[in-house]
Amino acid sequence: MRHFLRLNRWGWLTLALVILMSTPLWVLFSFVFEPTNANWTHLSETLLPQYVGNSIWLMLGVGFGTLLLGVPTAWFVSQYEFRGRQVLQWALLLPMAMPAYIIAYTYTGLLAFEGPVQTGLREFVPLEVMRAFFPEIRSLGGAIVMFSLVLYPYVYLLSRAAFANHSQQAMDASRLLGAGPVRSFFQVALPMARPAIIAGLTLALMETLADFGTVEHFGVAAFTTGIYRTWTGFGDTVTTAHLSLLLLAFVLTLMAVELWSRRQARYFSLSTPKSAAHLPRLQGKSAWMALGWCALPVVFGFLVPAGQLLYWAVTTAETRLNAEFAQLVWNSFYLALIAGLVVVALATWMAYAKRLFAHPLVRGTVRVAMLGYAVPGTVLAVAVMIPFAWMDHRINDWMQAQFGLSVGLLLSGTLFALVFAYAFRFLSVALQTMDAGLSRVKPSMDESARMLGAGSVEILGRIHLPLLRTSLLTAFILVFVEVLKELPMTLILRPFDFNTLAVRAYEMAADERLADAGLPALLIVITGIIPVVYLSRLIGKSHA
Amino acid sequence: MHELMISQLSVAHGDDKVLKDVNLRIDPGQIGCLLGPSGCGKTTLLRSIAGLQSVQSGSVTLEGEELTRPGFQKPPEKRHIGMVFQDFALFPHLSVADNVAYGLRDLKGNQRNQRVQELLALVGLPDSGRRYPHQLSGGQQQRVALARALAPKPAVLLLDEPFSGLDVELRESLAREVRHILKSEGMTALMVTHNQNEAFAMADRVGVMQEGRLLQWDTPYNLYHEPHHAFIADFIGQGVLITGSVCDCHLVHTELGLLKAHLPLGSQPGEAVSVLVRPDDILHDDDSDWQLEVVNRAFRGSHFLYTLKLPNEELVLCMSQSHHDHPIGTKIGIRLEMDHAVVFHHQRNFENEVVQDLTLVDP
Repeated sequence: MRHFLRLNRWGWLTLALVILMSTPLWVLFSFVFEPTNANWTHLSETLLPQYVGNSIWLMLGVGFGTLLLGVPTAWFVSQYEFRGRQVLQWALLLPMAMPAYIIAYTYTGLLAFEGPVQTGLREFVPLEVMRAFFPEIRSLGGAIVMFSLVLYPYVYLLSRAAFANHSQQAMDASRLLGAGPVRSFFQVALPMARPAIIAGLTLALMETLADFGTVEHFGVAAFTTGIYRTWTGFGDTVTTAHLSLLLLAFVLTLMAVELWSRRQARYFSLSTPKSAAHLPRLQGKSAWMALGWCALPVVFGFLVPAGQLLYWAVTTAETRLNAEFAQLVWNSFYLALIAGLVVVALATWMAYAKRLFAHPLVRGTVRVAMLGYAVPGTVLAVAVMIPFAWMDHRINDWMQAQFGLSVGLLLSGTLFALVFAYAFRFLSVALQTMDAGLSRVKPSMDESARMLGAGSVEILGRIHLPLLRTSLLTAFILVFVEVLKELPMTLILRPFDFNTLAVRAYEMAADERLADAGLPALLIVITGIIPVVYLSRLIGKSHA
Repeated sequence: MHELMISQLSVAHGDDKVLKDVNLRIDPGQIGCLLGPSGCGKTTLLRSIAGLQSVQSGSVTLEGEELTRPGFQKPPEKRHIGMVFQDFALFPHLSVADNVAYGLRDLKGNQRNQRVQELLALVGLPDSGRRYPHQLSGGQQQRVALARALAPKPAVLLLDEPFSGLDVELRESLAREVRHILKSEGMTALMVTHNQNEAFAMADRVGVMQEGRLLQWDTPYNLYHEPHHAFIADFIGQGVLITGSVCDCHLVHTELGLLKAHLPLGSQPGEAVSVLVRPDDILHDDDSDWQLEVVNRAFRGSHFLYTLKLPNEELVLCMSQSHHDHPIGTKIGIRLEMDHAVVFHHQRNFENEVVQDLTLVDP
């Protein structure tokens, strides 16, 4: 025990930092012991069953949809050569650049009564038939389709890696044992990739549960919209916290499944020295089938909505491209810049803390700090708001009593709360990148530099920094883009009258001014392509 | 019977010719082995036989049936060929018993279990059926992979570097054990390796490959003693090539003395040749007047391997008993014990000639 507590100053500092960062979470958990109130009773009789039911339907539907789009595309791209494969390999990641709420706006516009699809169809189909059979996009089913179209890349990415890495020799073995290609796929490749597929699936489902913009726009009663309403409408902290905790229970279950399947994946990998395997070439009908199936999600998950956004942006540019829009861009970018710098600094600190003190306490705390990515934005925003507002009132009261000064809301009313929330939510994105970068700087390099007479500063400047430069930049870009497209946290925590691109797009869409949402949304999507390009380059490298 | 024949087989990746006109025949029950440095095409040859690699020309015939010819390839699952992969490629999600049973889908439940048990007993893992691959050691995984490949009673078994993933100490003993199993099952087999000890421990016939060509397909004994190519002479065992020149149709002059052949040589007088000298051709003898300088030595436990310098600066290897400890720089006595020599004719593209009934004329 004494050994366990033997941490140096930096170790303690790291511990303190993580405890501070995760305060909102602990505060939220403390509401478990708070008794429920009348609002809760009312809620549990009316809306709560809907929240639970819709969440379950969403998970089932999105689960099915992402598997349907993600697994076959991953299989075709990793196992066969066909016309278009080179492009599709990375184009299949493009929908990741399209936030779910934005794709929801575009399809609402496309499929609306006055939209191009219905207008076109009315030329051929009688109005009554259209009324009866044309599906309503703003529904649970519509939300499922939207989520599937933009979240399948998680399944695609992970299962593609699994198919490419370890199924080739096993597939060969299966075929030599007399099983045909189809049988080999279902009996060998699919079960072997199962842990990876499930890991991708749980990530997609966590995103689904965390979404606010889409379900809000489609009027699907979900936990996130419920939390937002209870918070902004009733101002009922206890019920909001209870709803948040219930949603967290769903998320934690998914996290446990993900963790478990990653453990399984350890046993399921064959460390094959990738032989110069030449992918069999698909010809004729099967080549067209592969091309078609792989192109489907790219077209409907990216090209069509991006085209719609572009159309809106161009048609509204004349009136909308003004000083207000410039202010919007400036707000978004400097907020993302500050958040990016803060998060990368924190991530660098923690990556070094983990490396320098291989202490179970430090490793444990860093893992807690990474939990943020699992907490839905709406929940995190509320969790940040509760202690900050409390502190603000204490500070204000004290200042008033001591100096007769009113300082207002120092923490909860400024960008501080927002950056704080971003830091906790996106730390793991940056930390994973930094960890990967730092793992390339082997401890033996430090030792050999030291043997060659270099001091700590010189080692940092001449060895670590050059080797970590790409990781630092990558981590920054990833966080920058995440912040830029983040909606619910920004909506709840932004200072009064402070607008960003995402918030403005949301407000326009909420006012049924979809075309006016086009310009800010397009800018978000374009920025979102940067990490997609980076990811596809990573894939290209691992392939070479 | 199970006879594997490969004729004029060529494979290319684009412009890169990986296999060039390979010919090879394995008789029923024989174990063959392809030996060569990495990148020589041996694995490609194995994969072509398995049907995992498309070929440009030539044919693969098994039991008189053509499996591969230009424009036609029988799919691997219909070939009735077993294969043990380099990393074993066990199915990680299936138990050991299910792995072995994977190729036995034509058998009924009871018969299948019986066959699985039979094979697990054969490879010495009778009680491991319920375990999973990741719970087994490398050597055990190897045995399971062998059992799985043997289970459907394939016409021929292919083994791709089957021991390369294992500890060095384990390799040779396991190679002998695998040979024993294959022989007891009467299995025709073809293995690929880059390790000649494994090849010699396993195989009846060994083929040496270089840059896509099969240079020689022969018994291990002949490969060592009568290599057809200078590459093989260098690749198999230890030895050096020393220069010589043809004096007349029966005599080759080398720095080690005149080699006198009873039959006439193929080259004209004055032509340059290389002569293969193995360490066991030159014996250390303290009583000999023929003294050479030691320039290097390696202690091998059971013997010393001395590198000696000839008067013309060429180096030869000499084996001696391990208690004959002579420092570098001293001279030691030697005598020759060659009953045949392998001569490579420079003018004729290093074509080889084995000179039998050799008489040595001391210099």
